[in-house]
Amino acid sequence: MITGAEAIVRCLENEGVEIIFGYPGATIAPLFDKLSKSSIRHILVRHEQHAGHEASGYARIRKRPGVCMTTSGPGATNLITALATAYMDSVPLVAITGQVSSDLLGRDVFQEADMTGAAEPFTKYSYLVKDAEDLPRIIKEAFHIASTGRPGPVLIDIPVNVQQEKLDFIPAGPVDLRGYKPTIRGHAGQIKRVIRAINGAERPVVCAGGGIFAADAQEELKRFIETVNIPVISTMMGIGAVPTAHPLYMGMLGMHGKSVANQALSDSDLLIIIGARVSDRAVLLPANVSASTKIVHIDIDPAEIGKNLSTFVPVVGDAKEILTQIMEAEPAAKTDEWVGLLKAKREKLKLDYAPRKHGINPKAFVNMLSCMLPEDHIYCADVGQNQIWSAANCEVKTGRFLTSGGMGTMGYSIPAAIGAKLADPEKTVVAVCGDGSFQMQMMELATICQHDVDIKIVVMKNDKLGLVKEIQKKSYKNNEMAVDLTGSPNVVAIAGAYGIPGRSIASLDDAEEAIAEMLDHKGVYLLECIVDENEPSL
Amino acid sequence: MKHTISVLVENKAGVLSRISGLFARRGFNIDSLAVGTTEDKNISRITLLVDGDDYIAEQVTKQLNKQIDVIKVRKLNQDEITRRELVLVKVKMSATQRGEIIDIVKIMQGEIVDISHTTLTVELSDRPEKVDLLIELLSHYNILEVARTGTIALQKGAESV
Ligand SMILES: Cc1ncc(C[n+]2csc(CCOP(=O)(O)OP(=O)(O)O)c2C)c(N)n1
Repeated sequence: MITGAEAIVRCLENEGVEIIFGYPGATIAPLFDKLSKSSIRHILVRHEQHAGHEASGYARIRKRPGVCMTTSGPGATNLITALATAYMDSVPLVAITGQVSSDLLGRDVFQEADMTGAAEPFTKYSYLVKDAEDLPRIIKEAFHIASTGRPGPVLIDIPVNVQQEKLDFIPAGPVDLRGYKPTIRGHAGQIKRVIRAINGAERPVVCAGGGIFAADAQEELKRFIETVNIPVISTMMGIGAVPTAHPLYMGMLGMHGKSVANQALSDSDLLIIIGARVSDRAVLLPANVSASTKIVHIDIDPAEIGKNLSTFVPVVGDAKEILTQIMEAEPAAKTDEWVGLLKAKREKLKLDYAPRKHGINPKAFVNMLSCMLPEDHIYCADVGQNQIWSAANCEVKTGRFLTSGGMGTMGYSIPAAIGAKLADPEKTVVAVCGDGSFQMQMMELATICQHDVDIKIVVMKNDKLGLVKEIQKKSYKNNEMAVDLTGSPNVVAIAGAYGIPGRSIASLDDAEEAIAEMLDHKGVYLLECIVDENEPSL
Repeated sequence: MKHTISVLVENKAGVLSRISGLFARRGFNIDSLAVGTTEDKNISRITLLVDGDDYIAEQVTKQLNKQIDVIKVRKLNQDEITRRELVLVKVKMSATQRGEIIDIVKIMQGEIVDISHTTLTVELSDRPEKVDLLIELLSHYNILEVARTGTIALQKGAESV
């Protein structure tokens, strides 16, 4: 007989878990006690929200569920923003939370929170474990559900007495969920209709979303667009699905996107959406898509198809598989004129990389940064103006661009970078954030130091909640309210207090040398860039 | 337009709250929802009446299908189903009204299931329209209470969900 806690550890080991991001407390104490005897590495975070974001960064790079673990009550509720962030961006997580003893459930005892209830809208599935015997099956199912189909977070809420209960450990058999059988292969008839649509198209465009990464379909996508000669645009989550410098890539679409990408969308006669939700940020409905545009929507989640745009050919399945099926049918279209037109437009796009009188041109800076990084770097962008500067000006080649797309959660970049770095220590990982969002995550500097995580941090300091200030300028008659960050600390000194080296630059002239210094430094480093508060997003 | 949707779900704790939460979150208007077990004790059937256009009906179906604990979802064709609802109506009456009410109940093929000096309780199991009609007829007297189940439905003939 072993305890529930021992069984959990054994199951996690069997799932191949290498790292858990967590924060302890009384109701999860039995599990922490047994975890100390496991080969699984535990990363102690400084706030539970970041445990979730770190697991997310880890999952997106390691391509397997990230695991985070907290105590009940406040520990669990602190995790909710991270669950919601992962849910919106379809990131596979397994979150384990402690819970009060099952015989006390529902009595509002100390640190009881209805976590399965509270997290319900933000989880793909959740369990409240009542019987230790169920642990092997539940944990196996949780990893299966999190990582298959449309990935997402799964919560396992485990009462403290269940962790202590003795059980005969019997490993779980194969997962058998009759209500859950994701479709992988595209329906042959639908594929035929896709081919017919492509072959008849004159102005096709592919819109790539985060689903390309979830399906690991970058290669297949590249082969498809190059063979047929179709221009590609991407959502924020799809940045890097094809290298940003690819001749067929027209940029990110949407309200913060490139004009040529939006033109490609509105002038197209065939729009092939792959692994994207087409949310309101991407397509201001329905004006941007002309009524005559045929829409092919490829997604593993049937519920996404036809939700925001009415679809001409829906194809449910895995992007990698379906792109392979499409290629087998050898589609061909005459698109030279259309591609030529868009390429010419793209050439003419004016990039505003001129130095500024006051402060650094952030667009020029992020472009320079991404170009100086190794080709396969991982760039974690936060939320705010800094996200828009990054999304529009970063070069992504073989690496990844990680950001909170669906939720727009400030404070995502540094924890995501920590998780990404731990997932792939060979990669150079940077986090770029604003001075507002930095202060939502700066406690993680301690996590970085404690676990010796070598990431590079860039803080764009404009002394304002820049994006909100911009909204107030545009839509509220310049009435600046609650966007002034006066009182904020000197971030280089803050880093220094943690023993993290750093410097501040205020001129683009110093940028190249400062970036080089940061990249040459072995270990974590913080670079502050002074940016004028009136610098626009676009 | 009204749509009748039949849903087979795992008979587990938390399933109903997940499903009703989904309707609230996504702003689906549910006219009625009836839950009960099926011939298999591990499976419950939820019968939904949804008010909305075809887009809404499709969204409801897709979102339900997406739930891990939902085994099957079927939008039933209004003309090819047998629908039933059960109602209990308690009416207060004077001695002179008793005869009239008993007549109504007879015509409607309902049943009187409880009686006191001043009240009658009527039961009817029928199509929802008939249930509406009974209530309408009795509303000319003094209705004290109505308890009505949601609609349940099965396909006609040999077909099943
Ligand atoms: C957790 C959270 N709170 C609030 C917001 C709303 N919001 C979006 S951008 C932004 C300002 C971000 O300021 P900063 O981090 O300094 O970046 P900047 O826009 O100046 O580049 C705010 C408050 C959000 N997205 N996330």
